[in-house]
Amino acid sequence: MTGPASSSATTAAAKPSTPLMLVTRRFLRHRLALVSAGVLAVLALASLLAPVVENGLGLDANTVNLFNRFAPPSADHPLGTDEAGRDVLLRLLYGGQVSLFVGIAAALTAAVLGTAIGLTSGYFGGRIDALFMRVTDGVIALPLLPLLIVLAALDLEKLGFAPETAQAESISLYRIVVIVALVGWTTVARLVRATALSLRERPFVLAARAQGASSLRIMTVHILPNLASPIIVATTLSVGNVILLESVLSFLGLGIQPPLPSWGNLLTNAQELIWDAPALAVYPGLAIFVTVIAFNFVGDGLQDALDPRSLERGNR
Amino acid sequence: MLRYLCERLLQSAVVLAVMSFVIFGLIGLMPGDPVDLMISADPDLTSADIEKLREIYGLDRPVVERYGNWLLAALQGDFGFSRLFAQPVFDVLLPALGHTLTLLGISLTLALVIGLPLGIWAAVRPYSVRDYSVNLFAFAGISMPSFWLGLLLIILFAVILGWFPAGGLGTPGQDGWADKLIYLVLPATSLTLASVGGHTRYMRASMLETLRQDYIRTARAKGLSERRVVLGHALRNALIPVTTIIALDFGFLFSGALITETIFAYPGMGKLTFDAVMGNDFNLALVCLLLATLVTLAGNILADLAYSWLDPRIGFEGKKQ
Repeated sequence: MTGPASSSATTAAAKPSTPLMLVTRRFLRHRLALVSAGVLAVLALASLLAPVVENGLGLDANTVNLFNRFAPPSADHPLGTDEAGRDVLLRLLYGGQVSLFVGIAAALTAAVLGTAIGLTSGYFGGRIDALFMRVTDGVIALPLLPLLIVLAALDLEKLGFAPETAQAESISLYRIVVIVALVGWTTVARLVRATALSLRERPFVLAARAQGASSLRIMTVHILPNLASPIIVATTLSVGNVILLESVLSFLGLGIQPPLPSWGNLLTNAQELIWDAPALAVYPGLAIFVTVIAFNFVGDGLQDALDPRSLERGNR
Repeated sequence: MLRYLCERLLQSAVVLAVMSFVIFGLIGLMPGDPVDLMISADPDLTSADIEKLREIYGLDRPVVERYGNWLLAALQGDFGFSRLFAQPVFDVLLPALGHTLTLLGISLTLALVIGLPLGIWAAVRPYSVRDYSVNLFAFAGISMPSFWLGLLLIILFAVILGWFPAGGLGTPGQDGWADKLIYLVLPATSLTLASVGGHTRYMRASMLETLRQDYIRTARAKGLSERRVVLGHALRNALIPVTTIIALDFGFLFSGALITETIFAYPGMGKLTFDAVMGNDFNLALVCLLLATLVTLAGNILADLAYSWLDPRIGFEGKKQ
C-alpha cells in the first residue's frame, strides 16, 4: 500500500514518520483535494440516505402526479417537481446512487482488468508483452464515444442472453459498467506494465525468485504492492471520466434506462423542457459537474501526495 | 525513418482491418436488420416472402461471408447506399466531413490560442493564486459534461438572450459567410470550452518540467530576463510533448464532437454517426465508425512522428519505455 512513498521520505524528514503518515500529511496540505473529498463524502452519504429522505418527506420517488407538474420548490418538494410530478430532490438522490455506483464500479473493474493485463505483460515480457501491447494500442486507437454508442445499442438477445435477463430493469446498470470497463482498461495497463517492467529486474524480485517463489506469487506479493500508487491515482481520475461517459450515454437514451434514474437520463428531457422548466436542466448537470471535478481534484491531490516529484500527466 | 513509418502504417492497416470486422459484427448484433425494417414498412409480407428477402440480401449467410462480400465491394470503392438518406454513403459523408472539419478547426485553434498562453502563465508562478485560478478553470473545463454545457449555452444565449440560434447550419435561403458564422458560435464555444482545460493542463505541466532543467538555470544565471528565459529558451522544448498530445487529441476531439453536434443539431460527422447507428443505417454507420478510427490512428502516427522529429534524442525505435 505504501511502498513507493518510502523512497521520498528523505524530502520531508522533519520527524520520523511512517510513509502512510507522510502521504496523509501531504494530502491534507492539498486544500482543494481535501474540500473535494468532503464534498464527495456528503454526496455519497446523501445518495445512500435517499430512502430516509423519502420517508421523511412522506413521498415516493416514482409516483407520477400529473396534477402537480413543474411545481416550484416548496416544503413538500424542496426542489419542486418534474414533468411527471415526481419529486426532483428524490430523483436526484436516487440518480446519484446509480451514477456513483456506475462510476466507481466501472473504474474498479477497468483497474482490475488493466492491472492483470499490464502486470502479465510487464512481468513476462517477450511475445506476451508484444501481443498485449499491440492489443492495447489497438483499443486506444478506437473512437471511444461512437464505439460506446454501438456497444450500448447492442441487442443482448442476439448475444445469447435469455430474454428475461436482457429485459431486466437493472440490466442497463451492469451493461454500462461492462462496456466502459471493456474500453477503459488501457491507461492502467500501460502504467502498470511500464513499472512492472522496471521492477522485475530489481534485487528483491531476484531474491524472491532465488528462493523459489512462483511467478504468480512474485507478481502479486512482491510487485503489485509497489504499483499501488499509480493504480490508485489513475483509478480515482477515471471515476470522473466514467461518470461523464455514463451521463452522456444515458442522456442520449443509451445508458441507464428509465424508470431507473441517473444524473444523465434526468437530463434526457431537459432539452425539450428548457422552455417550461430551465431549472430541471440545471440540477442534474450541476451534480455531475461537482462530482466529476471533485474526483479529479482528489486524484490530483493523491498524485501529489503519493509521489511529490511526479509529472502531471493530465487525464482523458 | 522510412522503415519505421512503413511499420506503423502496416500496423495501422491491421488495426483498421480488425476494426472493420469487429464493427461489422457488432452492427449485426444491433436490434433489427434491413429486412425487419421492410417488414415494418409493409405489414402484408408473408413469412415466405421474408425468408426470400433475407436470401436476396444475403442475411441468411454467416457473418464472415457477409463481411467478405462487403470488404470485396469496399475495396473496389463501393460502400453501398445509405438507407436513411437514399444516397451512396460517400455522397452523405463528404459534406458532413466538411462541416465537422470547419467546426473542429475553429474550436481547436481557439482552444490552443487560449489554453497554451494560460498554461505558460500559470507555470511561471507555480502554486500562486494565479496558478490556482488557472488550475480551477482548467479542471472545470475537463469536468464539465459537454452536453450539459451545450444545454446551458442554449438556455442562456438562445432562449433568454436570443443572441444566437440554438442549432442548425444556417438560415434557409441565406447563404453568406456571416450567417454561417453566427450558427457556428455556440457549438464552437461549447467545443472550445470542453478542450481548452486539457491543453492548459498539458502546457502547464510541460512548462513546469522544462523550467526545472539545468539549461534554464544557466540562462537565468547569465542574467537573461525572465521573459527571455521562458519564451526564448523554455517554450520550444516545453511545446514538444504538447504537440504530440494535440495530435493525439485530434482523434479524440473528432469523436467527441458527436455530443456537441447532436445537441446543436449541427450536421457533421458526429451527428451523422449517431443518427446512422440509431436509425439502423448499417452501411453508413460502418463507414462513419471506420473513418473515426482512421482519424484516430492517423493522429497517433502523426504524434509519434512529430515527437521524434522535434526531439532528435528520441529515436524512431526507442519508443519502448
